[in-house]
Amino acid sequence: MSAIAEPTGVAKTPTSNPSKSRRSMAWLGILPFLIFALLFLILPTLNIVVGAFQNPAGEFTFENIQKLLQPSILASYWISIKISVASAFLGCLIGFAIAAAIVLGGLPAWVRSPIMTFSGVASNFAGVPLAFAFLATLGRLGLVTVLLREGFGINIYAYGFNILSFWGLTLTYLFFQIPLMILIITPALDGLKREWREAAAILGANGFQYWSMVALPILWPALLGTFALLFANAFGAVATAYALTGSSLSIVPIVLFAQIRGDVLQDPHLGYALAFGMIVVTIIANTLYLWMRARSERWVKS
Amino acid sequence: MAFLEISNLQKDYAGNRVVENFNLAVEQGEFVSFLGPSGCGKTTVLRMVAGFETPSAGLIRIDGKDVVNLKPNQRNIGMVFQAYALFPNMTVAQNLAFGLKVAGKSKAEIEATVKEMLALIKLEALGQRYPFQLSGGQQQRVALARALAVKPKLLLLDEPLSALDAKIRVSLREEIRAIQRKLQITTIFVTHDQEEALSMSDRIVVMHQGKADQLGTPFEIYNQPKTRFVASFVGTINVLEGKVLDAPAGRFSLYGAELNLGRSLGEVKTGDIVALALRPEAASLGTTVGKPAQLTGIVQDVNFLGSVIRVRVKVGETSLSLDSFNQAAVAPPKAGDTVMVSFAPEELLVLAD
Amino acid sequence: MSFWRSKRFWSWVALSFGVLYFALPLIGTFEFSLRMKRGEYSFEAYRVILGDPRFQATFLYSVLMALLTIVVGVLLVVPTAYWVRLKLPRWRPVVEFITLLPLIIPAIVIVFGYIRLYNTSSVLPLTGSAFGTDILMVCGYTVLALPYMYRAVDTGLRTLDVSTLTEAAESLGAGKITILAKIILPNVLVAILSGAFLTFAIVIGEFVFAALLNRPAFGPFMQLIGANRAYEPAALAVIAFSITWLCMGLMQLVTRLQKHTQVKPFR
Repeated sequence: MSAIAEPTGVAKTPTSNPSKSRRSMAWLGILPFLIFALLFLILPTLNIVVGAFQNPAGEFTFENIQKLLQPSILASYWISIKISVASAFLGCLIGFAIAAAIVLGGLPAWVRSPIMTFSGVASNFAGVPLAFAFLATLGRLGLVTVLLREGFGINIYAYGFNILSFWGLTLTYLFFQIPLMILIITPALDGLKREWREAAAILGANGFQYWSMVALPILWPALLGTFALLFANAFGAVATAYALTGSSLSIVPIVLFAQIRGDVLQDPHLGYALAFGMIVVTIIANTLYLWMRARSERWVKS
Repeated sequence: MAFLEISNLQKDYAGNRVVENFNLAVEQGEFVSFLGPSGCGKTTVLRMVAGFETPSAGLIRIDGKDVVNLKPNQRNIGMVFQAYALFPNMTVAQNLAFGLKVAGKSKAEIEATVKEMLALIKLEALGQRYPFQLSGGQQQRVALARALAVKPKLLLLDEPLSALDAKIRVSLREEIRAIQRKLQITTIFVTHDQEEALSMSDRIVVMHQGKADQLGTPFEIYNQPKTRFVASFVGTINVLEGKVLDAPAGRFSLYGAELNLGRSLGEVKTGDIVALALRPEAASLGTTVGKPAQLTGIVQDVNFLGSVIRVRVKVGETSLSLDSFNQAAVAPPKAGDTVMVSFAPEELLVLAD
Repeated sequence: MSFWRSKRFWSWVALSFGVLYFALPLIGTFEFSLRMKRGEYSFEAYRVILGDPRFQATFLYSVLMALLTIVVGVLLVVPTAYWVRLKLPRWRPVVEFITLLPLIIPAIVIVFGYIRLYNTSSVLPLTGSAFGTDILMVCGYTVLALPYMYRAVDTGLRTLDVSTLTEAAESLGAGKITILAKIILPNVLVAILSGAFLTFAIVIGEFVFAALLNRPAFGPFMQLIGANRAYEPAALAVIAFSITWLCMGLMQLVTRLQKHTQVKPFR
């Protein structure tokens, strides 16, 4: 390190201006990005937030937020949260099981690469086509439905299954949730050092003790983070649900979609409140995640 | 009966025999090193003792009990790994307590042992730190204490010093040996560093290509290497090729000079080529009293190492390294000088291949 | 030994379950898409879809949107990531946080914000014209792609160790332009490409932005077909999946190429 190294770590260029003006130039480098983010990400979001607290005349009010408390809207939030939690939880659980099978389960090495590739693809299958796929598979005329009915005499619809329901949607969401989990958790599982397992074993721990006292606590932050991500992923998903259920299942994004789309907007500010509610939920989820991660990650270099 | 007994141990990996016919008996309280280059099988033997690998054949007995079919967590062994392997999510104290907690010891007992162990490694103040807040040397001391906390019958050290800085390596190896002596715990130490093995061990097993080449005290290993490999791996050595004149009488010729070893050259015939080893410190420049064997050569280069000066001399086709102590009054030779190399023929070691 | 056997057994169980769950919808969709003609399997549904002029129009529109998004994304992300790495390391957490926001804020909220912020009576009435709305679409898609694009490029730059390389090249007499063109870009190109393919896969079937901004894109078209037809949606799903596969396949290919050409950094 040279004694005259500049504090900001600015690279030394032979034909440079005095460092003061270069410092202010450095700011300019990311200005386009900041302006873009402001215009197309931050301001639009803030606008919704502000709108949620305004009446049509532009005055401050809590009225819109209060309207969220009506039973039908509360029910939408509730089912949205339920679906998101269920699909995130099951996605984490099943994704973890599959990732653990690949990394630690003693499977042949060749299974790993196709699974990772497929996960990369499937985690991007969300949207309208995914809904079609599940309709074609588990709809009333879908392949699996028909096979089960004609081959095994099991009519899943007679048993109360419906693809246009809570479990139907959860099952569909899992198609991108599980691969996402596999993609994120596999490197984390790779990061578990063999020596930790061996050190635990030689100190007398059995497999369960190793997992409960060493491996899971180490993986915990990654698991939490993925759960939060999967939750947000499901909570904000519109296309899959809309193409699958139309508006028969009134989860929040669909209610909001209908509000905006319908141009009914008898009460546009209720729309802002709905959107604001979504932001609040995702922010709570992420704050919870950050807080729990900080708690469980005291042992990591900051 | 020896405390740790390994007999006819063998390990095959996918058709490759990585450990072959390995035998060893370690006494209670003894410190034995496995020395060899990477891939020689030393770690594999250690891992079989620990229970992480299953032997293809052979027997391992600890304290008279056959352990081959026991899982690692049933063997009551302590182990220290090269990469520390401290649990990153636990404090130092929690790491030390792990084995005791798993064994279901009482809270009071755990606390007392943790305190005792922290004192043993002189890290009393750092019990609440996390591993990442410690230096490498500190981490390895904690790893040692963690292994010792469960009062194991046997301590296995798998290259515990190789990830550390040179200075800490030296101080830590003294500390490890002191602790081992104090606790009188039977210890196996795996290393590729001959200096570590020589300075720490009661006995050394030099391993080469899955086999034990030689077993002996550091003094024996260094001064009476049995094979060319042991001679070259442990310390620096010059290997000279002599022509046998009379094997039983120990007469042979070396670069035209006729010399006498003073003892038998072994199972060789007249006219055979025999490998003879000479430690750099056994030869000196110029004529010296008591060193009747003399060869003439040309100085190739001179390395001034401080207390020692290492000179490389070319004799015939062979390059010899010679060490002599630094003397302020005597200037070292220069490259290109023609010099005399002298040594006592009895100092030559006959090497098997 | 039986412990190992059982562990491996359960691994196969988990894996088989996964394969079944993921294969069935794909097989089901394909099978369904062939059922259009009564009593036989045929590619009739594909013929109908591919012959539909709306398909061609919306698909082309979405491809165009995707390409524009990639261009805007690259122009925005690469200089920013390079600059942050080289000169503004303190801004890294801020910039990274911004790029991760689209994963937290639902897309529908963002587009709702656009509709409100850029309506016909605002300072910047982008939604007033088709062209203006297209600009908004591209910007919105760029926002959606931001987390992936930025991460891809930033990872590429990290393995490069930009500042050392820049200094080393400078010490060898190279100018800034030479450095960018000959050292930084060829390596980041791979990251850019992999980010680009991902962006393409995301944009091509995107629904919410297009539907709410009322643009004739592929996503809303698919939804429309889904609401009105029986077998064509399955054919569309197969087509859409194929495009995603292709994009991700190309991404893998590119990344693998990078692994072959790049020297591993010393540890």
